[in-house]
Amino acid sequence: MKYAVRTAKVIAAALGLAAIAAPALAQQGLDEPFQKPFKEALAGKTVAYVPVAMNFDLTEGWYAGMKKELEPLGVKFEIRDPNWNTNAGAQAVTSLISEKPAVMVIHNPDVQTYAKLLQRAENEGIYVIQINMGSAYRSSAFIGANWIEIGEKDTEAVVKACQGKSNKIAIVQGALSAAASAYTLKGVENVLAKHPEIKVVSSQAADWDAAKAKAITQTVLKQNPDLCGIVGFWDGMDIGTAAAVKEAGLTGKVFVATSGGGERKGACELVKSGAFDLNLSYDVPTQAAQMAGTIKWLLSSGAKAGSVKGSEYTTLIPITKENADSQTACWNLSDLKK
Amino acid sequence: MKRLRFNQQEIVFAVFAVLFLAFSIFLRGFLTPENMLTLLQNVAVLGILGLAMALVVIGRGIDISLIAALAVPPGLVLQMVQNGYSLPASLATAVLLTIAFGLVNGWLIAYAEVPSLFATLATGLLLAGLGQAALFQLDVVQWSDGMKGFERLGQGTIAGIPTSIVMFAIACVVVAFLLRQTRWGAYIYAIGDNPYAARVTGIPSRPIIVLQYVVAALIGCFAGLVMAASVNSMPTRVFNSTLIYDVILVVVLGGIGLSGGRGGVLNVIIGTLLIGTMLNGMTIMDISYAGQNLVKGVVLLLAVITDSFLNPRNEETAQQGDI
Repeated sequence: MKYAVRTAKVIAAALGLAAIAAPALAQQGLDEPFQKPFKEALAGKTVAYVPVAMNFDLTEGWYAGMKKELEPLGVKFEIRDPNWNTNAGAQAVTSLISEKPAVMVIHNPDVQTYAKLLQRAENEGIYVIQINMGSAYRSSAFIGANWIEIGEKDTEAVVKACQGKSNKIAIVQGALSAAASAYTLKGVENVLAKHPEIKVVSSQAADWDAAKAKAITQTVLKQNPDLCGIVGFWDGMDIGTAAAVKEAGLTGKVFVATSGGGERKGACELVKSGAFDLNLSYDVPTQAAQMAGTIKWLLSSGAKAGSVKGSEYTTLIPITKENADSQTACWNLSDLKK
Repeated sequence: MKRLRFNQQEIVFAVFAVLFLAFSIFLRGFLTPENMLTLLQNVAVLGILGLAMALVVIGRGIDISLIAALAVPPGLVLQMVQNGYSLPASLATAVLLTIAFGLVNGWLIAYAEVPSLFATLATGLLLAGLGQAALFQLDVVQWSDGMKGFERLGQGTIAGIPTSIVMFAIACVVVAFLLRQTRWGAYIYAIGDNPYAARVTGIPSRPIIVLQYVVAALIGCFAGLVMAASVNSMPTRVFNSTLIYDVILVVVLGGIGLSGGRGGVLNVIIGTLLIGTMLNGMTIMDISYAGQNLVKGVVLLLAVITDSFLNPRNEETAQQGDI
């Protein structure tokens, strides 16, 4: 009995103590041990960004998205714009290696040109993140679309739309030297191998050029008015493809599948107008957020450049008539820049 | 005895006829009215640009900056309308920009006496850079609601003929009138044939040269508007493409000598038809992109060689920097 009373007194005292102590603890706060090293790891670091060119929805979107995430943390963001010139891009990468930024974000014009340079950069201790178009060298991270998957999904949709129709399709490729175009074509071939009934009446490169895409599509449609579908490789170019279909009065009859970054004017509004039946979006703001996240992770990890290597393939958003009206399927560059 | 000689125009026309005949016989689906219209429609913009280039080449110059005039002012129209300006105000701004651009070109060439090749190479870069840096948000400028109705300039048909062909025809008539029916046109030929003689006879050669470049820029801008209307957007990146070589191809192939003073609208039409036939035939045959470039390159080379044989340089008046 005596023992029990004593225990009760101790408990009461402990509770009392706790009651006094708890608010005091809350006022003092608890130090989270990892945020300070994180901040220190990022502050004052330089991230260099080398897209194939600025001034188009993808590269502007990535830039705006990364900048928004990283600049508040004191990261310096540098941009080198080769303006579609592969040589200028290689020079920019070479000079960056000697300037030693902490991270290089690289958008490759093709598989080979930068590959050796990127390897050298990682040997020098610079993290290399490759975006949307990779090179033959596997660096710390790849973040971007899976072009083979895009080719497959677009072609599957076209093949499905062709069921019970003529089974004649056309392919409008991008530029022959671009890896994105070649990989997408591989995806197209993968699906066509399973569907021998499909006949490809035309497979030509329009050089990412809307006017060329239109000219090719017009001629193909005149020769094959019963065409049931077109696989296009980029929405910016396939505006021309769609214009040819519209002029032939075949909108709705010829299924146009394409892909792009999902910017509202270039994607959702064109799907809404019926120009495209399917536009696979690799959702640039999400990609940008993943890029920023990877940069944060790499810088705070302290890992040696090139010692870890991974990929983040983008989850595609298929934009069709059903979701083209929604707020979330597409994005506005002006909002991202705010 | 008079030797049998063909001029280039006749040779090209013969090549065109042979090619056309061969395609008609061997290529199923080539000789149909619809395909003929498509053929013309596909090269209409190229033809309009060819007219602008012809005007300059006849006056013994060259205008490499044409593609900038095609891309930037029409792109500005689309961008301004997108930003909420009215269509007439945007068009007026674009025309003013084009005229200013033509004046700069003309002044550099006529008064500062910079060879046209270098002057227009530089000004073209300047205008394209200005567009990219200051005027456009994205390099493909999209159509917006404010442009409604304007797409008729490049889409649809007038009396059963696709509009872009009609636009080409109108441009042909205007340029033909300018070259053949006005005094200015006669002066352009005189300057192209022999600039010194032209000046000595009292032709105001410098103002005429300025005028040439202004008109060429305006025609380029018109071609750009037709192109933008036809694809519902202005891919301003077209400046980086090889379109300018196609334009030169049309002009030289048609038989307008690069040494100036010769040729006319008919040559542009013939050159355009030949290119159109080639491109259309190769597309129907589904020839690869590289193969098409190869064929185009060989044809251009042959045309340039023929040109230098048939229109040899005038050693008395040729200048360094001429082409």
